[in-house]
Amino acid sequence: MIEAQLPALQIVLPLIGATLCAIIDRPRIAYVIALITSVLMPVIAASLLVQVLSEGSISYAMGGWAPPIGIEYRIDVANAFVLLLLSVIAALIMPYAARSVAAEIPDNKQAWFYSMYLLCLAGLLGITITGDAFNAFVFLEISSLSTYVMIAMGKDRRALLAAFQYLVMGTIGATFYVVGVGLLYTMTGTLNFADIAMRINELDIASSRPVLAALAFITVGLGLKVALFPLHAWLPNAYAGAPSVTTAFLAATATKVAVYLLLRFFYTIFGFEVVFELHPVGEVLLVLSIAGMFAASLVAIFQEDIKRMLAWSSVAQIGYITLGVSLANATGLTGGLVHLFNHAMIKGGLFFAVGGIALMAGGVKISDLAGIGRRMPLTMAAFVIAGLSLVGVPGTVGFVSKWYLVLGAFEAGLWWVAFLILITSLMAVVYLGRFVEIAYFREPAGGAATATEPPLSMLVPTWILVIACVAFGINAELTAGTAGLAAEVLIEGLR
Amino acid sequence: MGLIEEIIHHYNHWVSIFLMVCGLYIVVARGNMVKKLVGLTVFQTAVFLLYITPGKILGGTPPIIAEGFENYANPLPHVLILTAIVVGVATLAVGLALVVRINEAFGTIEEEEIFERGEQE
Repeated sequence: MIEAQLPALQIVLPLIGATLCAIIDRPRIAYVIALITSVLMPVIAASLLVQVLSEGSISYAMGGWAPPIGIEYRIDVANAFVLLLLSVIAALIMPYAARSVAAEIPDNKQAWFYSMYLLCLAGLLGITITGDAFNAFVFLEISSLSTYVMIAMGKDRRALLAAFQYLVMGTIGATFYVVGVGLLYTMTGTLNFADIAMRINELDIASSRPVLAALAFITVGLGLKVALFPLHAWLPNAYAGAPSVTTAFLAATATKVAVYLLLRFFYTIFGFEVVFELHPVGEVLLVLSIAGMFAASLVAIFQEDIKRMLAWSSVAQIGYITLGVSLANATGLTGGLVHLFNHAMIKGGLFFAVGGIALMAGGVKISDLAGIGRRMPLTMAAFVIAGLSLVGVPGTVGFVSKWYLVLGAFEAGLWWVAFLILITSLMAVVYLGRFVEIAYFREPAGGAATATEPPLSMLVPTWILVIACVAFGINAELTAGTAGLAAEVLIEGLR
Repeated sequence: MGLIEEIIHHYNHWVSIFLMVCGLYIVVARGNMVKKLVGLTVFQTAVFLLYITPGKILGGTPPIIAEGFENYANPLPHVLILTAIVVGVATLAVGLALVVRINEAFGTIEEEEIFERGEQE
């Protein structure tokens, strides 16, 4: 029965693909392997989601060892949703990658690039699907190590520094996470998420010092991976230096998975009451999210490089996601989750468009791209629509997430937060508007003058994401509905 | 139980926390990238100790299921740390490889020198 093995296949296929790419070491063959694997991912993820929606959560005993001794893969609405998001992005990025990777990465390294990409995908999917705290750490490191390598493949030598900086920060973050898991293990004697939660309840140790220390370690450790302000320092350099495909992939997926894991710990393991009612984690998150939204948007306004500008914007957007989490009510959490999904589409679309520009115009400095809107109308139109969505114009997905966030803020009695969300959206208008103005209203010059539209293999994935931004903005049933369901599962299913 | 007694009682934790903080300090305070990686490794290794020590039972034997082995140490932390050691070695390897590439590209592995030059470019 293949259906029963789907949870394992979701992880094992990219792992095998990564090994094959590395062994064969031919760019063309490696690309085909990566393409096939990536296209299979959404098929598996979608059938898992369907199964979860119709029959409730799935528990898969890895290797036939029954949980809690063995490693359990546990899929409920919340992570089935994230799995689908990751897989769809992965499937869209592969057709896109062909031209961009060929242009940006030397021939002898391309097979390794695809190998690292599949490894990173396997790691991210693994973090999402697993029900075991230590297994999540191993997957976290698999995805991180491959990410460092992918970032270091950037053309500019500063990419090496960014990769090193991220390696140091990322390892500290992951090690903090392990310390937290170790403390939980010492107190409960188990690593299974559900089992830890049960024993914390049974033994009534939720407020004991080791468990609270674990909460602190895990929050900070994953905060680094999420790039929660002020732990975001690695992100702008890493995104700006990495090859375009890597940047688009990471921006759409990596931080989202870390947010998911953080939610899993907050809600499934420590419980709503401990995290948000007895201890001020929510308040701390709220302040940091808002500080991040403002500081990062402000820095984004003064960037000279579009990739760096969008990277700073990502830090700000992560603030919206964690803001939704910190509001500690179902509406706010729905807003956070739906923005997790929407931001992946928006940033994916924006970085796809920028990757096209980088390929055709030979650079991403704003000053070099005057008049690019006239030379590459389709790409720039995609950029503008995704940009409007980032701002949160009605009719786009950005509006849907902000709507829920504002409602959640009112529900929490924090009307001024709604006001701050509005101000930071206006800041997004400023930094995006600056580039759009130069791109459309200046005479083409330099590299931009000779640029043409990127090949269809790049335009089509870009437009698919952009159309999704609008389609899910007009009909938010699927995204907001699933996010609402996931929020309910997280808040209610665990009491 | 007095304070000193408590400290002695938990000396294994004190040792691992001390090493952990030492490692983190080296990462933050040193500009040399190899030294940073050394600090990072000390930090990670300290966490391994934090895991291993609670697995030990006083008077416990190795975890063998046979006659005469009733009170045995918990093997799971060892297994976990075996995995974590592999992860740590891989991280160190990638880190050192990056340092080699940085040295080729910039001609130095001192962060300050690179930043000074970066500002002039």
